[in-house]
Amino acid sequence: MTLILENVHKAFGAVKAVNGFNLSVADGEFIALLGPSGCGKTTTLRIIAGLETLDEGRVVIAGKDVTELPPRDRDIAMVFQDYALYPHMSITDNIGYPLKVRGVSKADRDSRVAAVAGNLQIGNLLERRPSQLSGGQQQRVAVARAVVHHAQVFLFDEPLSNLDAKLRLEARAFLKHLQREVGITSIYVTHDQAEAMALADRIVVMQSGEIMQVGSPLEIYRRPANTFVASFIGNPPMNLLQCTVDTGQSIIQFAEELAIIRLPENSHNTIMNVKPHEQVTLGIRPEYISIRAEPSATTIPGKLYVIQNLGGEILVIARFGEQLLSIRMFQEETPELPEQVWLDLDFDHVFFYGANGQLLQ
Amino acid sequence: MQRSILSRRISVLFASPAFIFIALFLIYPFVSIIFISMTNRTLVGATAQNPDFVGLDNYIRLFEPSRWMNRGEMGFSLYITVQFVIGSALIGQAGLGLLIATLFQRRKGFIRELVFSLAVAVWIAPDVVVAFAWFAFLDPFDGTLNAILGALGLGQPDWLLKYPLLSIIFFNTWRGTAFSMLLFSSALSSIPPSYMETADVVGASTLQKLRDILLPLLRPYIATDLILITLWTFNTFTPFLLTGGGPAYRTELLSIYTYRTGLQFFEIGKGSAIAVIVMLINLVLASVYLISLRSRPLEQPSD
Repeated sequence: MTLILENVHKAFGAVKAVNGFNLSVADGEFIALLGPSGCGKTTTLRIIAGLETLDEGRVVIAGKDVTELPPRDRDIAMVFQDYALYPHMSITDNIGYPLKVRGVSKADRDSRVAAVAGNLQIGNLLERRPSQLSGGQQQRVAVARAVVHHAQVFLFDEPLSNLDAKLRLEARAFLKHLQREVGITSIYVTHDQAEAMALADRIVVMQSGEIMQVGSPLEIYRRPANTFVASFIGNPPMNLLQCTVDTGQSIIQFAEELAIIRLPENSHNTIMNVKPHEQVTLGIRPEYISIRAEPSATTIPGKLYVIQNLGGEILVIARFGEQLLSIRMFQEETPELPEQVWLDLDFDHVFFYGANGQLLQ
Repeated sequence: MQRSILSRRISVLFASPAFIFIALFLIYPFVSIIFISMTNRTLVGATAQNPDFVGLDNYIRLFEPSRWMNRGEMGFSLYITVQFVIGSALIGQAGLGLLIATLFQRRKGFIRELVFSLAVAVWIAPDVVVAFAWFAFLDPFDGTLNAILGALGLGQPDWLLKYPLLSIIFFNTWRGTAFSMLLFSSALSSIPPSYMETADVVGASTLQKLRDILLPLLRPYIATDLILITLWTFNTFTPFLLTGGGPAYRTELLSIYTYRTGLQFFEIGKGSAIAVIVMLINLVLASVYLISLRSRPLEQPSD
């Protein structure tokens, strides 16, 4: 079902947790709310759930204004970070609890629980207690409890953050598959960008209670709308360099006069948006910097800092002035590099951000 | 088993001061009172100096069936005590404590602080101070309670005369609720908020949340609380300051009965016999407590 958040505001004392949040979610869409700790993503989720009252704005689920309704009347299912499985109930009773409070008969309940549990490959655990399950199994039980009654919207509050790295990858694939299968609108809160990239149809990047960018994972990766998103998304994130641009002569001058780049004829369009001599930030992803032995028109000088072989890709860190730049090379062998390197920027993949941090376009 | 960092000899040395105190002030009186309870020793007179061994005579006198339930006798006192324990400990302190703790669960603010501070202040105030406060509160002519009732146009009975047991039940509830309240409050705060929120989201009503989640999770705490406050209430002597056990023995708890027999009527032997019986009852209650603690399962079976 569709979900609309309209101008949502929520403050805790002087802290604005959510500040003017607008989002329209299509039926069946998987949305990730992504941001650092304290950015308001969990608060937003709890507002959708009705666990938090909002100061201003509206929440609309399936065309119905639910702003004033308690959680139970919103027809949602939620998976918490700690799974919130009841230690005194068996797995069957845990999964069946949403049905029990709705007055579904015991026999009916058990058959529906068995069906869902079988589907999620936890059918053999039904007699156990939560404490007898591994983290991954507990997570599946929590998801099973959310799936068992056919809610209109799924809400996930960092459901994978308590799992170890390997299990997390597994659970991620499982969640994505499951969401495709049941096709229910889902809102997923995470601080892990890889999780958001892997799962979501659209990512909402948040900071300090405000939306920084909304878009598909690829859009957000390829075209960060501001320096915050640029420095948050990507591992390592985008390299950001202070510079001024002389548009007329296609000259880029870096801060502290470290280097000057004279752009080739065919790449002028990327700097057309920059005002002459305005202080701007140049952004470029690590994979669009190549290392050269000799300087050229589009290179800046770098001092080799460290080389990390990540298996399948090489991460080179080079010093440019006071700053460390990341360069990604897709090869297996660790390259032999001199201390003085020349970093060649691919100007087809360079972005300029204005003094306010917004993308110049 | 983890190896102790201290050698056995050093451990015994460190523990010995406590052992000596326990032996001196708990074990010795315990044994000696059993011995005294089998004599006709009195506080004054010839038998004070040279008590005779009388065997189980004192016990037989206490359990004399024809007088057992008469006022001022063992059975009557036990009956009063049981009512007092059920009324003021089980229903009063535990019930009210659970109610207050639940009402203020995860809430902050002035009212919570006020309620908790007052409850704790009442709990830790000295007995004599508290008893005088209640005299002032319950006084039939100038008392606060009757002043309020009078202003409302209601009757102004002499509470300690007309409803003595009810008065001390209310008194003891008021006096001791803080313990249950604090225990349940910390028990509640140990339950992750997501448990109740999950229940909210799936649509459980308040009653369902209480029955399905809160009470099962609180069960071990409730057991601990009930047994502890039962023991304490069973042995409390403070109501004596309010009623002196009267009028006409109607508030004579076992502790007061023991005191009256031994130290007011000077029958030390008989008083010791009562004390031994009270100790046995306590022993049973304490055993129940210890067994329930030891056998407490990690997970309670669901129903």
